[in-house]
Amino acid sequence: MSKPKFQKRTLFLLFYIVFALLPIYWMVNMSFKTNQEIVAGFSLFPEHFTWANYATIFTDASWYSGYINSLIYVAINTVISLTVALPAAYAFSRYSFLGDKHVFFWLLTNRMTPPAVFLLPFFQLYTTVGLMDTHVAVALAHLLFNVPLAVWILEGFMSGIPREIDETAYIDGYSFPKFFLRIYLPLIKAGVGVAAFFCFMFSWVELLLARTLTSVNAKPIVAIMTRTVSASGMDWATLAAAGVLTIVPGAIVIWFVRNYIAKGFAMGRV
Amino acid sequence: MSTTTKPVNQKAWFLILPVLLCVAFSAILPLMTVVNYSVQDIISPDRRVFVGTEWFASIMRDEELHGALLRQLAFSFSVLAVELPLGILLALSMPSVGWKSSAVLVIVSLSLLIPWNVVGTIWQIFGRADIGLMGAALQGLGIDYSYTGNPTHAWLTVLLMDVWHWTPLVALLGYAGLRSIPDAYYQAASIDGASKLDVFRFVQLPKMRGVLMIAVLLRFMDSFMIYTEPFVLTGGGPGNSTTFLSQFLTQKAVGQFDLGPAAAFSLIYFLIILLLCFILYNWMQRVGTQEKEGGQ
Repeated sequence: MSKPKFQKRTLFLLFYIVFALLPIYWMVNMSFKTNQEIVAGFSLFPEHFTWANYATIFTDASWYSGYINSLIYVAINTVISLTVALPAAYAFSRYSFLGDKHVFFWLLTNRMTPPAVFLLPFFQLYTTVGLMDTHVAVALAHLLFNVPLAVWILEGFMSGIPREIDETAYIDGYSFPKFFLRIYLPLIKAGVGVAAFFCFMFSWVELLLARTLTSVNAKPIVAIMTRTVSASGMDWATLAAAGVLTIVPGAIVIWFVRNYIAKGFAMGRV
Repeated sequence: MSTTTKPVNQKAWFLILPVLLCVAFSAILPLMTVVNYSVQDIISPDRRVFVGTEWFASIMRDEELHGALLRQLAFSFSVLAVELPLGILLALSMPSVGWKSSAVLVIVSLSLLIPWNVVGTIWQIFGRADIGLMGAALQGLGIDYSYTGNPTHAWLTVLLMDVWHWTPLVALLGYAGLRSIPDAYYQAASIDGASKLDVFRFVQLPKMRGVLMIAVLLRFMDSFMIYTEPFVLTGGGPGNSTTFLSQFLTQKAVGQFDLGPAAAFSLIYFLIILLLCFILYNWMQRVGTQEKEGGQ
């Protein structure tokens, strides 16, 4: 590797990191200011440093319950997505059956449907079955775009595992569930980690469906932010603090799956 | 799906049954509702009139919709044109081992994890000339920048925001693809005396093809459905320069409660995305195969 080339790439990387972090820095900066200071003028650092915005969120139940609600439905969604996607991905990667290719592409089709299209029917459907304003409703609605994604990612990883492993296990007398849980799952641990991160991410940040399907009890943090902004006439500081806090759970998740992402996809759809 | 021969087993349907049930509950029932609405004039919940394809015909002639569709197409293809090369370049630049790779991976992923309405709000402040870093910096450079007054600036700001927000997705997928290339490939290439460009063209790019295909499809369909970020940042303005399809639809469905036309529009919207994704998917597969044949 020639020296100047390497430096050019490092330079580009540094440049991108600055570009990626500047808006985030501005949000962190705002979260330590008062509203007056934010609107008053331009300042690179908070002049009247305050923790008050974070205090508001951690002491007001209508704020912090939003994080709990979001975490609950994101967790339910991720668990269901992976549970149903695992056997399906196995079927797609190992067997050929009537209509397999069509069903596989049809799954992705559901990810192409704009959530706005489903707003009204979802509202009516979940009202009819009495699930409105529950965590389960949002978790189920988010299956629409997370299950197809999980199936596609997991199928890629599973196709990377040689079929001989399955056959050897059956010869050794493993039943299918036992083989799947004891032998197969550990082999694709990486894929499960990556799929889990993507499911978490897409469900965590989705606003439209989550807001439509909840009113009080299961109100997610993303929806609480919009409501507070419009009601109290642009509370920038609290919003910035809330925004900083929304990054935290996801950052923890990516920290745990960071090794899987490199190693994981390596065995996958390539 | 891999193309290798797999044993035929119709019982595999039982394994995909849970997925079908889950997705059908979320997809087919609502879709049927939409189809049902699209052919009716719903005056009140109890009074509805069958109108056939009238809504479809009137939507297709809607000038505003044509404008929104053109803006949407221009936006989605600009997103792909910027994010794909930038994402690949970023993936090539990311360190592969050590604490630096972990740190870079986490930093790069941060923007993905911010809820979309917060993304819009950050950029709303970030771009303001009086109190925002980017706005102030551009003013300082002598550019009369205003995303609320100038349609071109508004459009470019939405694009820049999307690039900031979603390039990491392309980069993460590409990065993972690169990590899968065995060292032997690079050794073989260096014995052949291949330049860096050759290595990229004949080793790295073909190996990344699979993950990049997922990245292109995801970015295309997601940018085609973009709603929250431009809605928060510009509210679709100034004028309707950043009113994309999704926002147009929401105005119709929620704002005016025109259930019939909104449903008809939903179906047309869905078919447009489906068609474009199908073309994109097939085109990418063909390009990939031709390259394979050409390379051998």
